[in-house]
Amino acid sequence: MSDEILDEITASEYKYGFTTDIESDKVPPGLNEDVIRLISAKKNEPEWMLEWRLDAFRTWSEMIEPEWPNVTYEKPDFQAISYYSAPKQKKTLDSLDEVDPELLKTFEKLGISLDEQKRLTGVAMDVVVDSVSVATTFKETLAEKGIIFCSMSEAIQEHPELVRKHLGTVVPKRDNFYAALNSAVFTDGSFCYIPKGVHCPMELSTYFRINEAGTGQFERTLLVADEGSYVSYLEGCTAPSRDENQLHAAVVELVAMEDAEIKYSTVQNWFPGDAEGKGGVFNFVTKRGICERNAKISWTQVETGSAVTWKYPSCILKGDNSVGEFYSVAVTNKFQQADTGTKMIHLGKNTKSTIISKGISAGKSHNSYRGLVRVGARAENARNFSQCDSLLMGDQCGAHTFPYIEAQHPSAQIEHEATTSKIGEDQIFYCNQRGIGTEEAIALIVNGYCKEVLNQLPMEFAVEAQKLLEVSLEGSVG
Amino acid sequence: MIKIKDLQARVEEKEILRGINLEIGPGEVHAIMGPNGSGKSTLSSVIAGREDYEVTGGAIDFEGEDLLDLDPEERAHKGIFLSFQYPVEIPGVTVSNFIKTAINESRKGRGEEPMEAREMLAKMREKTALLEMDKSYLSRSLNEGFSGGEKKRNEIFQMAMLEPKLAILDETDSGLDIDALRIVANGVNKLRSEDNAVVVITHYQRLLDYIEPDFVHVLYNGKIVKSGDKNLALELEAKGYDWIKAENA
Repeated sequence: MSDEILDEITASEYKYGFTTDIESDKVPPGLNEDVIRLISAKKNEPEWMLEWRLDAFRTWSEMIEPEWPNVTYEKPDFQAISYYSAPKQKKTLDSLDEVDPELLKTFEKLGISLDEQKRLTGVAMDVVVDSVSVATTFKETLAEKGIIFCSMSEAIQEHPELVRKHLGTVVPKRDNFYAALNSAVFTDGSFCYIPKGVHCPMELSTYFRINEAGTGQFERTLLVADEGSYVSYLEGCTAPSRDENQLHAAVVELVAMEDAEIKYSTVQNWFPGDAEGKGGVFNFVTKRGICERNAKISWTQVETGSAVTWKYPSCILKGDNSVGEFYSVAVTNKFQQADTGTKMIHLGKNTKSTIISKGISAGKSHNSYRGLVRVGARAENARNFSQCDSLLMGDQCGAHTFPYIEAQHPSAQIEHEATTSKIGEDQIFYCNQRGIGTEEAIALIVNGYCKEVLNQLPMEFAVEAQKLLEVSLEGSVG
Repeated sequence: MIKIKDLQARVEEKEILRGINLEIGPGEVHAIMGPNGSGKSTLSSVIAGREDYEVTGGAIDFEGEDLLDLDPEERAHKGIFLSFQYPVEIPGVTVSNFIKTAINESRKGRGEEPMEAREMLAKMREKTALLEMDKSYLSRSLNEGFSGGEKKRNEIFQMAMLEPKLAILDETDSGLDIDALRIVANGVNKLRSEDNAVVVITHYQRLLDYIEPDFVHVLYNGKIVKSGDKNLALELEAKGYDWIKAENA
């Protein structure tokens, strides 16, 4: 593919819509126990891991796909998906020089050249292309602190005791249809362990990328913050443009032990489909964290991509005094559909949660906030504050809010605020009069509207997220 | 600088401007007065290019160009500034970010490079000082939670930053106490030069005590019915508008 063609595609339609020619080692489509055995064998996994997968597969086989989200789509044919594809690479790499130059080019197009990132931002990256991690950086610095940050496959080989202890403890195999599927077939993802009392000195970052036509991606992330530790983790996604739908069903599990804090930030920009809404990614993700005593988990997400999104990063506030936060911007345009929100499950005493959700709908899209705040019978003095704002652009889109509140303790304090607004013509004219064109005015107003959430993101990520918002809303007013 | 010829405009089905003729040269200050509903704000909106108003006749020439052909932002790039009677709030967008965007978009529109950060900062400091504004203004959300006086002062601050050729102040004096009025007027006066012009739209004489106009026009029923020098404003103050209404009945 020549640069000219690349430029043309990137300039016109989806900015990141291109594919890289990397030879792939790919399993034929279909799903059965043999495929799972094959995946497990290819990854040279121990017996317990295979059994775990097979158990998940059997569970999944008896489950049905959920119907309750406020989205409509053609259900994927699970027998038409290839469940394993690995770029042909040497297994371990010491430096970027060993990485396939084609691949490095891809990253450059995405503006995430690894060496730039390494040099300028001090971000350690575990890059996932399709399903196998091909480059891991800054490992030495992290190792000095005893921090483990590696691919899930590597963790299964090198740290089986940690993986075995925590995998599936926050999102059980049978949790839901897609979590069960992921448990059966996940091929890779990231693993992170922060030892007791360690403050992770840098933002840990993973870029996910779907690269092989027809390959569903099933990432599995497990992040364990031991007592008194701190970590900030960034996850960003871009995906190439496709005609057929791509399924993305990830599972992310966070474990925050006593006094630990985890900050998890996501910028999600999977291919949303073309102007008619065809060919976008289905993003059915289960993300959940558990907080022990005095622990804190903070989720921040900027969701601009995917044709269909179904995602509720949640916190189980198990320990007393634990804190859960959820900051979200979800943008839908054209024919995108998003059903996203959070669950805050208060089990411990004096637990606190905050939910700030900003939905933006444009075009013919539908944007739903779905949130659950549950206060358990022993959760004395639990407190929650929720704010759900919706911004509408044009008159053909929809914004929906489904807040669920269940309080089983009389001392619970739960506040819910919600607003719906439209970008005013007055605001746009005011900006116009100051020399700011309508597109820029909308970007400015939208960024202002999302500020509370964007402020939660690490600096470089916030800049990227702002640009993404602008790109996502281009041409959304006539 | 600007020549308005037989300008007619309506909003929805209602005729508001019925043939305005007005010529403003560089360095001049014009005051436009008149009773409620006479078309003062419509005139400023039409000059700025607000879409709600339909121009049904006449022309506006701005430095040799047909203004009515241009989008509102293009008019701004050419140096037209409107101080709004009711400035809007934009939550989450700071005053400094807004004005920075406005300046750089205007420069881009004129094919110029963006202003350097250091220059921008120095300019913001200078103009906030001129308008006796606290620096904390700059980091507040645009007009959100601003008092009436703060909003008006913020308009003049933006005008000072943008350095327009033609500034239209639409009832900038309403909602201002006497101290704020003096500060705002002082700011406007400092910005007057041989190259730019100011149009002051007001109901009252008091602003004109501070910003001395070269010409005063009375707008009534969509037309300029009387023009004169600053003494006309004093006369109006003394006699009220009934006299004008009676003459044009």
